Amino acid sequence: MHTLKTFCFALALLAGMGVAHAEESGYPNANTSISDQASLQRGAKLFFNYCVGCHSLKYLRYSRIADDLGLTEQQVMDELNFTGAKFGEPVESSMKPEDAEKWFGKAPPDLSLEVRAKGANWVSAYLHSFYLDPSRPTGWNNTVFPNASMPFPLWELQGVQTAVMAPAKPGEEAEVERLEIKQPGRMNQDQYAQAVRDLTSFLEYASEPAALKRTAIGAWVLIYLALFTFAAFILKKEYWKDVH
Amino acid sequence: MVDHVSVRPRNRLLAWIEERMPILSFAASHTTGYYAPKNFNVMYYFGSLALLVLVNQIVTGIFLTMFYTPTGDGAFASVEYIMRDVDWGWLIRYMHEVGASMFFVVVYLHMFRGLMYGSYKKPRELVWLLGMLIFLALMAEAFMGYVLPWGNMSFWGAKVIITLFSAVPVIGKDLVTWIMGDFIPSGATLNRFFALHVIALPLVLLLLVVLHLSALHEVGSNNPDGVEIKQKKGPDGHPLDGIPFHPYYTVKDLFGVGIFLILCAFIIFFEPTVGGWFLEHDNFIPANNLVTPAEIKPVWYFTPFYAILRVIPSKGWGVIALLASIVVLFLVPWLDRGKVKSIRYRGTGYKVALGIFALVFVLLGSIGAGKTTEWIPEIFGPNADLTFIENTFGRILTILYFGFFVFLWAYTYFGWEKTRPVPERVTVVQH
Repeated sequence: MHTLKTFCFALALLAGMGVAHAEESGYPNANTSISDQASLQRGAKLFFNYCVGCHSLKYLRYSRIADDLGLTEQQVMDELNFTGAKFGEPVESSMKPEDAEKWFGKAPPDLSLEVRAKGANWVSAYLHSFYLDPSRPTGWNNTVFPNASMPFPLWELQGVQTAVMAPAKPGEEAEVERLEIKQPGRMNQDQYAQAVRDLTSFLEYASEPAALKRTAIGAWVLIYLALFTFAAFILKKEYWKDVH
Repeated sequence: MVDHVSVRPRNRLLAWIEERMPILSFAASHTTGYYAPKNFNVMYYFGSLALLVLVNQIVTGIFLTMFYTPTGDGAFASVEYIMRDVDWGWLIRYMHEVGASMFFVVVYLHMFRGLMYGSYKKPRELVWLLGMLIFLALMAEAFMGYVLPWGNMSFWGAKVIITLFSAVPVIGKDLVTWIMGDFIPSGATLNRFFALHVIALPLVLLLLVVLHLSALHEVGSNNPDGVEIKQKKGPDGHPLDGIPFHPYYTVKDLFGVGIFLILCAFIIFFEPTVGGWFLEHDNFIPANNLVTPAEIKPVWYFTPFYAILRVIPSKGWGVIALLASIVVLFLVPWLDRGKVKSIRYRGTGYKVALGIFALVFVLLGSIGAGKTTEWIPEIFGPNADLTFIENTFGRILTILYFGFFVFLWAYTYFGWEKTRPVPERVTVVQH
């Protein structure tokens, strides 16, 4: 029993470590859920309406999206695929990388692994933090990723934010204190927050489609292993009865 | 400690083989004929678990090799291909990745067990030395495996570690280029690391494991009391405190395997990156020699050694200290002159020193992993001199790390240690 306790303690410690770490990132929790299929579908719609013009998901195939999001081939080809790609092909943006570099100075990154690289909280915070900044070439700046070269296509949903600057300390540049909506968009704050949650969830799914399957079968694997371990424990007890 | 067991199979074909090549007798001698002390505690699970992980790494590695492309252009994409398009590829890859980290978990615990119960002492010095060689080969194996996914941390990690060889006098620069096969880590580096990772080092590891076990079976296993069980034998010629490895420890280890697999499965299925500890966030960005990650750091299992390198101001001395921190572990059987093996009967000084040593190892790890960079501003305020505090802290820890070995030698050489009497027979806690 002592052994069992030690192992349980180690397990709890490890789980705690994981949880503690997840809370650390410093950005508000994105509250994503890849098990919410409706949310993933809405997120996919947003991605293909607003993002795919510049950003690819080159490791994700249209057919995979159909399978995982409960959509038919027809739905995916009609409502998501605007580039004329085949059903089995990966999601490539319609913009040529050469053009992109010319227009934005830097080709927009592929977003297949964005959530795994930066974290869902970062992506969500980033999408909330664009503001007008006439000093930038695109007219947009971002508090989460200062001087990002990306213009903000979701402004028509969120509205246009401007920065309220904190009074500058002598010898230092003024810092953004908070953002406020100057011109409202088509969505109110709650609706926009939900839209960002959907889009971030979709990108989280895109960064690891296997996660859907992983968590689904993980529980069964653990149940099997628990039974196996219990059987092994009984067997050990039985054999060790005669060791004194 | 191995009693020869003769197996005479009834099956005529097996008997025919057995007469010419006694493989069944060999297997029986090393399982039912191998008498292990009956008082193993929880610390004695990790040897068999390390073997289990080794098998896992080889089997999953074979399948990964079928789909992985060792080229600068194809490596990163081929890993994503495994994760997304290969049936069950994600599971195989996670098993391999989690297996790598768990390998170090069990090996570190296995080594710590050795320090606790004096398993390196006469007559087991060779078992310890061979184990240390396994650890060394494992570090090389893990480092090269880490480079293969060709993420940005793979690239920069490879660059930092290979560049350490430039500290070698005279030939340093040329040596670095020779190892990389290029002036920066590139497809050439990736290709040779692939060869070393999938064939050269696994062969070395397997050979060393066979030798490690052979040496162990010659002298027999130590135990938590540090009592030599073969000194007290019964009328049947078997140690009074010994029990056949099979079936007693095979069933016990099977239970340990169950618990271990539950832990591994939990990680694989629910938290395969362990919040960036097992798979780092920056490694989901493809290798890019123009974009340096905000912080270059190795995977957790190398962080204590990396910290020693980092807090020493000169590169040459840093590399020497890094090397010394591993080499000194090889010398433990000769640094420790004490005759009493187990921590149960050793002096208080040893108990305290070993506790501090373990703590120092973990704290050095937190420096190497960049954790102190987060903690120092929280503790000392945002205006604190981060580099100064971190380096001072790290150097004290480095001194304590080496201090353990100096203490161990002085404590036992000058006879300062006050040990307690060791019992004649092993003690068994009744559950």
